[in-house]
Amino acid sequence: MEIKLLTEHYDKPEYRSLEGYKKHNGYKVLAKALKMEPKAIVEEVKASGLRGRGGAGFPTGVKWGFLPNNGEPRYLLCNADEGEPGTFKDRLMMERAPHQLIEGMIISAFAIGSQKSYIYIRGEYDDSIRIVSQALKEAYAEGLLGKNILGSGFDHDMDVYVGAGAYICGEETGMISSLEGKKGQPKLKPPFPAVKGYLGKPTIVNNVETLAAVIPIVDKGAQAYRQHGTEKSAGTKLFSVSGNVQRPGTYEVALGYPLMDLINNECGGVKPGRKLKAVIPGGSSAPVLTAEECARANMDYESLAQLGSMLGSGAVIVIDDSNCMVDLLGVIMHFYHHESCGQCTPCREGTGWLNKIVHSIVSGHGRLQDIDLIVRVSEHMMGRTICALSDAAALPAISFVKKFREEFEFYVREGRSKVKGAAHVEM
Amino acid sequence: MSGFQLSAEGVEFVKSELKRYETRLSAVIPCLYRVQKENQGWVSPESVSYLSQLMDIPEAHINEVLSFYTMFNREPVGRHHVQVCCNISCAMNGARELTEKICKELDVKEGEVSKDGKVTVTRVECLGSCGTAPMMQINDRYYENLTSDSALKIIRELK
Repeated sequence: MEIKLLTEHYDKPEYRSLEGYKKHNGYKVLAKALKMEPKAIVEEVKASGLRGRGGAGFPTGVKWGFLPNNGEPRYLLCNADEGEPGTFKDRLMMERAPHQLIEGMIISAFAIGSQKSYIYIRGEYDDSIRIVSQALKEAYAEGLLGKNILGSGFDHDMDVYVGAGAYICGEETGMISSLEGKKGQPKLKPPFPAVKGYLGKPTIVNNVETLAAVIPIVDKGAQAYRQHGTEKSAGTKLFSVSGNVQRPGTYEVALGYPLMDLINNECGGVKPGRKLKAVIPGGSSAPVLTAEECARANMDYESLAQLGSMLGSGAVIVIDDSNCMVDLLGVIMHFYHHESCGQCTPCREGTGWLNKIVHSIVSGHGRLQDIDLIVRVSEHMMGRTICALSDAAALPAISFVKKFREEFEFYVREGRSKVKGAAHVEM
Repeated sequence: MSGFQLSAEGVEFVKSELKRYETRLSAVIPCLYRVQKENQGWVSPESVSYLSQLMDIPEAHINEVLSFYTMFNREPVGRHHVQVCCNISCAMNGARELTEKICKELDVKEGEVSKDGKVTVTRVECLGSCGTAPMMQINDRYYENLTSDSALKIIRELK
């Protein structure tokens, strides 16, 4: 069952405008927050158990707590560079409720003592850029941004920065490099952005959904937020469901919701006559689950980790029995090879080799030893690079080969797909 | 000296972007977008030299940024840049077959400009529209929930 803490009014077109947003209690929580002690807001967010909704799942309040008290200006960056294949919930949030994001950001900025924030939106999201920019104008005109917000004495400026097409800019230090006007290459951590981020200053990077979730937490309190979800995965989460389901889309459910309920109840299941084969539960970086594992999977951080996968950005890609797993791994490997920023050798070379090896199988030229080679190359790519992109390519590769080995062996032996027949030759 | 110049408005845009952010370098991406917009959809070597002088930022730095991001075209493109997402959810819903049909309809190879200069068709990575797959982006606009009929109709109506 959907629990619409954030998405309750998303079906109302008026919710996009400041007037419409205010009609549904918009910016009331901001007024409340500005009368609180900033520290009390941070404590409330810590107590709520809110974890980053962009992919890494790091506790938000703890992240905020890493900011040093050294008198330096602090920056807040909203990560709206949604690029993980399968993910499209941030786009929905920006298009349907831009003021919700802005309100969540002002509250968060007040809590962490930041006077400047940026919303980094991927360049392809033309509608989101237009809608959020327009909402910022409205917010400034209403005195919700700028000097002395709502008479509180708190000053805050907010701006949009438009990316230019690079998956790696969704990695927080890659995003900072990009905002600084450089190639979007990630930086070594530590120092973490909270200590040295944008232009070397303390910086908090949070996902769109994370920042919006601060509103109900400040409104009703941490305990009310914790009524939803599990003990370690509190609250609700927006899941982007795509692939072979009857009703793909974005659904907000409590964390811990059974994966099969999400697929069958919210999304209407797979098409008639088709059988569920596999699910990628957290974006293309997440290891794939077999249909049998799906039956045991709950959509929370711990449950999916126990199954050897991850919640990631909440992108659920449903795969039915009409798909060839070798072919799909080829699509995924092409992506990571294309998006590797190239600064770390294991990732630059590894993603290239994985792409080549899988595609030699897909084109009917594979050798049996190539199957183990995929696993061996992948194992050498993990934990050896500046950011997680290398692992993000290696993990799905290993899981596809280990869980669907028979399909890979058939493809190599016969020179064609077990499911689709002919070998693919493109890409 | 290069033949490329921004319009008076474009020059004003560059000047204001240089002041908009904490560091002048942050203006490079927005200014490259502006150049691309005023140069028929691509950024030529001449326009980089021009921008470098105008912004007082080394050409090497501008080229570094230009070549890193996929939304900047370093070669001419058609008036309509048809980008078909072929990442996982779209591929599962027939995007690759659709790309072939579109190319055949337009008699153009992937990545090449059609003879009349009208279109370029390219396969791209995830555009965040997986719930409405397959989909394509033509210039700034998204076209979602495509079938081969609806996609070809859109393609035929391009002027």
